[in-house]
Parts: sequence; C-alpha cells; structure tokens
Amino acid sequence: MQALRFALRNLWRDLKSGELSVLLLALIVAVLSLTAVGFFTSRVSQGVRAQAAEVLAADLRLESPTPVPQSYFDDAARRGLLSARVLTFPTAIFSGDLSQLAALNAVTANYPLRGRMRIADAPFGTARTTDKIPGRGETWIDARIIAQLKLTLGSMLRIGAASFRVTQVLDYRPDQGTGFVNLAPAALINYDDIAATQLIQPGSRATYAALFAGPTAAVTDFRETLSKSKAPGERLRDIEESSRQLNSAIDRAGRFLNLASLASVLLAAVAVVMGARRYASRHIDAVALMKCMGAAQQFVLAISVIELTLLALIAVAIGTALGFIAQSGLVWLLRSLIPSELPAASSAPLPIALVTVLAMLIGFALPPLLQLKSTPPARVLRKTVTAPPLRYGVSYILALAALFAILWSLVRDTELVLSVLAGVLGVGVVLTLAGFALVRLTTRLRGGVGVAWRYGLANVSRRGSGSVVQIVAFGLGLMVLLLLAVVRGDLLADWRRSLPANVPNNFLVNIRPEQRAALQEFLQSHGFGSPEMFPMVRARITAINGESPQSLKPRGDVARGYVEREQNLTWSANIMDDNQLVAGSWWTAADAGKPLVSISSEYAEGLHLKLGDKLSFDVAGEPLTVTVASIRKIRWDSFRPNFFLVFPPGLLDGAAGTYMTSLFLTDLQRPSLVDLVRQFPTISVFDVDAILKQIRGIMDRASLAVQYVFLFTLAAGIVVLLAAVQSTRDERRYESAMLRTLGASRGTVLQGVAAEFSALGFLSGTLAAFGATGVGWLLARRLFSLEYTLDPWVWVSGLVCGTILVGLSGTLATRSVVNTPPIVTLRDE
Amino acid sequence: MQDPIVLEAKNVSKTVPSPGGALTILADVSLSVRTGESLAIVGASGAGKSTLLALLAGLDSPSTGRVLIAGVDLTELDEDGRAAIRGKHVGFVFQSFHLIPSLTAIENVMLPLELRAQRDARQAAAAALERVGLTPRAEHYPKQLSGGEQQRVAIARAFVAQPAVLFADEPTGNLDTATGQRISDLLFDLNRARSGTLVLVTHDRGLAGRCNRLLELDAGHTVNTGQAAN
Repeated sequence: MQALRFALRNLWRDLKSGELSVLLLALIVAVLSLTAVGFFTSRVSQGVRAQAAEVLAADLRLESPTPVPQSYFDDAARRGLLSARVLTFPTAIFSGDLSQLAALNAVTANYPLRGRMRIADAPFGTARTTDKIPGRGETWIDARIIAQLKLTLGSMLRIGAASFRVTQVLDYRPDQGTGFVNLAPAALINYDDIAATQLIQPGSRATYAALFAGPTAAVTDFRETLSKSKAPGERLRDIEESSRQLNSAIDRAGRFLNLASLASVLLAAVAVVMGARRYASRHIDAVALMKCMGAAQQFVLAISVIELTLLALIAVAIGTALGFIAQSGLVWLLRSLIPSELPAASSAPLPIALVTVLAMLIGFALPPLLQLKSTPPARVLRKTVTAPPLRYGVSYILALAALFAILWSLVRDTELVLSVLAGVLGVGVVLTLAGFALVRLTTRLRGGVGVAWRYGLANVSRRGSGSVVQIVAFGLGLMVLLLLAVVRGDLLADWRRSLPANVPNNFLVNIRPEQRAALQEFLQSHGFGSPEMFPMVRARITAINGESPQSLKPRGDVARGYVEREQNLTWSANIMDDNQLVAGSWWTAADAGKPLVSISSEYAEGLHLKLGDKLSFDVAGEPLTVTVASIRKIRWDSFRPNFFLVFPPGLLDGAAGTYMTSLFLTDLQRPSLVDLVRQFPTISVFDVDAILKQIRGIMDRASLAVQYVFLFTLAAGIVVLLAAVQSTRDERRYESAMLRTLGASRGTVLQGVAAEFSALGFLSGTLAAFGATGVGWLLARRLFSLEYTLDPWVWVSGLVCGTILVGLSGTLATRSVVNTPPIVTLRDE
Repeated sequence: MQDPIVLEAKNVSKTVPSPGGALTILADVSLSVRTGESLAIVGASGAGKSTLLALLAGLDSPSTGRVLIAGVDLTELDEDGRAAIRGKHVGFVFQSFHLIPSLTAIENVMLPLELRAQRDARQAAAAALERVGLTPRAEHYPKQLSGGEQQRVAIARAFVAQPAVLFADEPTGNLDTATGQRISDLLFDLNRARSGTLVLVTHDRGLAGRCNRLLELDAGHTVNTGQAAN
C-alpha cells in the first residue's frame, strides 16, 4: 500500500516535471500506431474479405451432388444467417434447330448473398449491376449462347420441357470464377422453374449449393458445426478456400500490412528501451538518496514497477483514444477508395495494446529498473559509484522473448516474425560492431579536423558505449523507415509487376487436337499472337505407393478432392515460368517417355507425398504408374495455365484428350469472342477478367492502407530519434556549459554538436541502408515470393536522410541545452 | 554516568581492487561516539574521510572490522537490513545538497517521513522548514532556491526524522563563507537543541573546531584523535 501511495505520488510529480515525457510519448505512439493500425487494418481486411466473399457469392458455401437438406437452412436462419440456393448442371439449350451446351444455374431470390450480378441489354454490351434474379419463365443468358443460337433479347428458347423468354444478357455472376467447373456458357433461371424443365432426375449430374452469409462469428460457428456434421459427398467452401488466386493476393496484402505494424512495434520497443534507460539514469540519484534514507530494494523496485504500470495504463488510454480518432480519419480520407461499407471497428485492438505495452515495459524497461534497484546508496557521496552491470544475457533473452511474443500475437505468422526479428537482430549486431569500429576510427580522425569537429568527434569516441547505443538506435530507426519508405514501394511495385496489364484474362479449354491448327490460325488473324497450347488428359489417382489413396488420410477438403475427382494432367518439356522447383530436379530430353511426374507443393502436402513416391493413375481406362521426380511451387496469382501434375513428354502423347491455352483480350477485342465461339462451338471460353479486377482492387487498397499505416511508423521512428537524442541530453548540457565557461562560443559548441550528430547519422544511415536492403531482399524472396531488384535509392536516402535527419534533429533538440546560460547548468550540477 | 555509545567502529578497513593490485583506502580505524557528542573527521583530499563516513553510516560495507549503530552490528546485515537501520537511526546532510529536483522544498523534506509511512508528514515537514526559516519557500523547486536555501532544506530534511546520528559530508563545501557560516550555525544549533549526535566530514578546520572531538585521517590511517581545537 505504501509503495502504491508512493508510486502514485512519484508518477504525478514525474509527470508534472516532464521527467517521463519521452517514455510516455514512446508508449503513446506505440499504442497509437498499434491501435490505429489494428482498428484500421481489421476494418480494411474485413472489407477485403468481403470483396473476397464475392467469389463465393457468400461467406460460406456448401456444395453437394444431392439436394441440401432443409435442416441446414433452418439452422442457418436460427443463427441469424442469410441463405440462398443454387443448382448448377450442364444441359443443352435449344432454339429452333440450333442447340448449345450450357451450364444452367437456378437461383433463389437472395442470390447472390455477396457481390452483385451484372447484366446487359445487348451481347458484349455495357453492363450494369442488378439486385434482381430472373422472374418465373425468364432466363438471362451468356452472350456466347446468344451468338451461337442467333438469338435476340425477347426470343424464346427451350430448356428441357420448359420454354423461357430471354430477358437479359448475363455478363457477370460473382461466383462464376470459383474454378474450372462451369466452363460452358451460363444460363440463369429462377429456382422455382426447375421442376418445369423436368431435367432433374435421379442420377443427374447436378451440383446443389447452399449459400450462407452473416456476421463473422456466426459464420465461423456455423462452419464449425457444418464441417463436423456434413455428409461425405458435401463440400464446404469458405473465403479462405474460395480461390487460390485471390487467397494468394489477400495473403500478400495481409503480410504488407502486418509488416508495417511490426515495424511500428519494433520502433516503439527501441524508443521504450531508450526512454527506460533515461528514466533509470535520471532516477539513479533519487534512488540512492531514498536507499540512504532507509528504502529497501524491493520497495524501490515496487515503486518503479507500479509507476511504469500506471504509465502504461495512461499511455493505453490516451493512445487508444488517439488511435481510434486516427483510424476514423483514415477511413474518411479513403472513403472514395473503399466503396464497400466497412464494418465497425472492433474493440479487439484494446487488450492487445494493453498487453503489448505491458510486455514492452517488462521486456525492455524492467532490465534498467532491476539495475536501478541495485543502486549502491554510497552514490550519494561519490557519483562514480554505479550499480553493478546487468548480466546482459538474461536481460536480452527476456526482451527478445517479450518481443517475439508481442509480434507473434499481432500477426500469428511465425515465419514473418522470425525473419523480421532475425533481420533486426542481425542488423543490431552489425550496428553494434560497426559502432565500436567507428568510435575507434573517430579517435584517430580527430587530429586532422577543426576545433568544432574535433570536439564533436571526440565526443563520439569519448562516449564510447553510449555512442554505440545511439548508433544502434538511430540505425534501427532509420532502417525500419528506409524499409518502409523505399523497400515497401519496391515490394508493392514488384507485386504489381507480377500481374502486368496484359496478363491473360481468358482461358480457352476443350480444344480438340484436330482444332489446334485452325485455332492458331484464327488467333493469329485476329491479332492474338500464338499462345502456347497445353495438352490435357483427365485421370483419376488409384494408388499411392501401392495403397488406396483414401487410406492415407488426405489433409483437408481440397486434398480429398485430389483423390475423389478426376484431375487434369499435362506434359511439358520445360518447367513453366511461374513455377519454382522446391525439391528434386526437372527432367532432361533423355527422360522423355520415362514414367515420371512433377507435382505441385499443394498436392504434395495434401497427400503427404515426397520425392520417389509411386503414384498410380487410371488414364482413360489405362493404368499408369509414375515416380515423383520433382515438387513445384506454383504462383497461382500469375494467371497462367497451371497444373498440379505434369508428366515428361512422350509418356501420354497418344492419350491427349484436349488442349488449353490462355489469351489477353482488351475490351475492344472481346467482341471477337463471338466469332471464336461461332467458329469453334465446342471450345469453352473462360473469362477471368473479373477476378483479375478484384485482385488489382485488393492490391490498390492494400497499397493505400500500407501508405497510411506508414505514417504511424514514421511517428514511431521520430520518437526513437528523439529518445536517442534525449539519452545524452543531460551529459551534453553539462559539457556545453563547461565549454562555454572555458570560452567556446555558442556557435562552436553547436557546430561540435552538429558534427557529432551528423557523424552518427552518416554511419547509422549507411548501416541502415545495408540492413534495409538485406531485410528487404529476405522479405521479398522468403515471404512475398517476389523478385527483389536492388534499388540505389535506398543507399542515397540512407546516407542523405541519415546525416540530415539525425544531424538536424539532434542539433535542434540540443540547441536549448547550448542556449542555457552556463551558470544555470553548473549550479544545477 | 556517561551517555551510551550510539556509534562504534572496530578495526575497520576498506580495500578495493585496482589495476595495480588491492588498494587500501582505510586501514584499521576504530572509534566510538556517545549520544549527544559531535565528531569531526578531517584530513586532506583522498585521505579516506568520505569512505569512513560511508562505512559508519552503513552506506557501504567494510572489508574487515565491524560498525555498530545503536548497538546493531551493520556488518551482519544485508543491504536491506542496513537500509532499515539508516531509515530508523540515521540522517544525512551532503555537500551537494542532494535534493530531488522534481520535488518541491516541502516534498523533499517529507521524503524520509513518507518512506516510514508517517501520517503527519506534511505538518512535520512544514514545522521543520519553519525551523530553518524557509516557510515562504515551501512550494519552490530546488532550482528556484539559492545554494544556501537548498542546504537549509537539506538540513530540515535531515532533522525532520529525528535521527539518532546525523552525518554531514562537507555541509558548507559548496557555499560561500558567509552562507557557510550561517549554515553551520544552523546545523549546530539544531543539533544542540535536540541533544543529537553529529558526525561531520570536513577539511575546514574552523568547522571541525566546533565539534567536541576530532579524528584526523591521512592516507587511510588515523593520525590524530582527541578534543577539537576550541
């Protein structure tokens, strides 16, 4: 109780006298950036997820070969979830003598639950969004069907036993790109018209889908329930699984945002270390005095711990309030760029902020406080008496563990945290070593420079370990700022480059071998070039190392699909550009015709496969057993044709069923598709333009969010610089007074200070550029799977900004010290 | 009947490690001080005066020998144990005042009482400040006070807890002659008024002369003990 009273009184006095301002500022900025980033990114990522949900037309989608039981819909309704039904099956559509194979989609009134359909009044005409679905007896159909059947709006057509009037051209359904399932052009009818078509009979190849959407928690709960209770043939799909391409983009966007918030926390941690060191050094005399008057060590420690805990609470309160205001400001600023309604900010960042700040204080502020506790009371008689140095290993391990826990709790991505931590630690060690080297070097240099520089450089070498601490703090601060300012831009640019404007937006599949030559000719004559054609064979896996694949417990629904459904296989002499070999080696010309296979990393993980495993397939009735020769990592968001399974040439040559290829079509070229469909009616065209636009949208938003999050990191970086400058302020005050008493002019002292800070900034900037390049390279390669190109701007800005920023801010912050009349300072000592 | 011995040092030595081997700062010093007595420890710079003061006040531990305050052997106590003895029996006045810059004058005086959780700390501190003539300056911060005023606050702080032994380390060392004279008058007057024990470290012979007894050190050895000059 006494310690609490004392701590309260101390806190009030310290706050009043400004003793705690740097530490409080560091903590507030930490909380501000944490909560603002937390509030903002949670809202934006929910917004991005909402966009991703469009691909499913729902938050959760259950697909089944048999009708979905009504009980599922009743359960969803009880949980407050919206639901809709979709029935999809291939059927022929007739108009007079003409017919066309189509994917018929029958939908109920709420469809789609996420995203909106687009319709047009003319084939390939300008589309508009709609909230309606076709009325009874109406159908909305794909422009390709209109072209093939020579229809116009208002024409009648026949589907099964029923007649329908064509009332709209169907341009886009949110869930049209969920895979290569619905390759045939689509027709949309009202769910209540299915019975009239009389097409659904026992054994029909139909897919029933149940769509659900609602609050995240309810959806998550319902997903859990369904995944436990669903029947074997039923397949659950949520946003995470909805689309490999979109997932890959969202994953990267999330990593960019996390990286920015990690940077803020790291910087705040550095500022807290500096602030706590200053707090301890400023309190050491008071502690010695209190111990002199009878205060026990535990009492001294208790006061400090309580005072810092109270400080943390104040910082959390102020920081959270500011963070909330800041994120509202961000949302307001970005209002035109984030069209979809953002969900309300959740209170989740609040406990995270509190825990983080406490962990930061325990990890980074406790070691200096423990040292403070052991201040010898004899210090009151002799200033040279100091506390015994800490056992560094222990305090560092404590701090590292705290930092890891904080970062991990923020992003839950062990690889990212370890990479960033390893990068920062590596740079920290290099900075420390380089700092010592510089301190030695300046000792030699000072003979050859003017008086102000000699004084400044002498200070760098005389302060020794103090200078090293400053170099490390400045260097880390600058490195994170460079990483965000330059490397962030490069990473974002590389990311965008990975999806260039002319990336294929249409896939042509079901190309029969005898159509290849004619299609090539058609494509060339229409200016589409001659894209590579990939042979495709459908096959079912029958055994893995001689055992039934089911017995190997495939990992997850997707992997179950690998063994339950037919897969598309291809063969190729060369590895695809966007594939990266992660195990084994690619075949040579000599391997042609050998029973080998290259599998994707997803396939390997899902079925627990490794190099040398034997896979048996049923290829159009023929058994085939091959050995896994390599494993590839596929960049799904490259939008090139890609296959889980690739064979060497010469093995399946006779078995080629069909070919596929991909094209980039501009909006002006799209009408040529009508001719293509007419000339090659069996070829299916699969338009992925909409998904591409979604992914570009996510990239744009993520880039913007990262830019704004960067502002908070910048604030954290500035506090670090401030804290580093503050850390030697008291010492400087005394030195400046002494020098001026000895006759140095204000200008000389100030020049010396400027020299010292510029030297520190130059070195920190150089080292920070090294660090930023190294960490940037590591991040690009390991985490973002991007090619990182070296940017000379990192070095230029590192050197220039380091020298100017540190030199200027250090000199400005120290100016008041130099301006204080020497007598005032000396009397205080 | 003689007053009881309140402070006693028995064959106290202090050695510290140095680059050239162990360095003896204080060698085999013994002394005893009775309640109400005043003792001046004198000697040149580096003679070991401050080291002896630190050992006598329990701020540091001797390498050999024993120190007793109010009959308690400090050498048998750990740091917290010695802190408890200091809090109960010892007061300090320092050459450089050692006021906490973030506390006002009255708050500085309250500090030892607050550490003991004494309830009427503010009233007692106000009374102590009144005795040193600083009531109008009670709410001023140290940097708003002159050197003499700061030392008066330090003296008020030392006396407010009514310590059995008051240690003063060069209490006038940072002050001009006139102010120093006033401060030493105040120190001795207050000490006499409460019949307290005073141990004073100084190289000012005049100040030392105001004490009952004198102990002179040279290079860590006792070279002279006895009555003060006047």
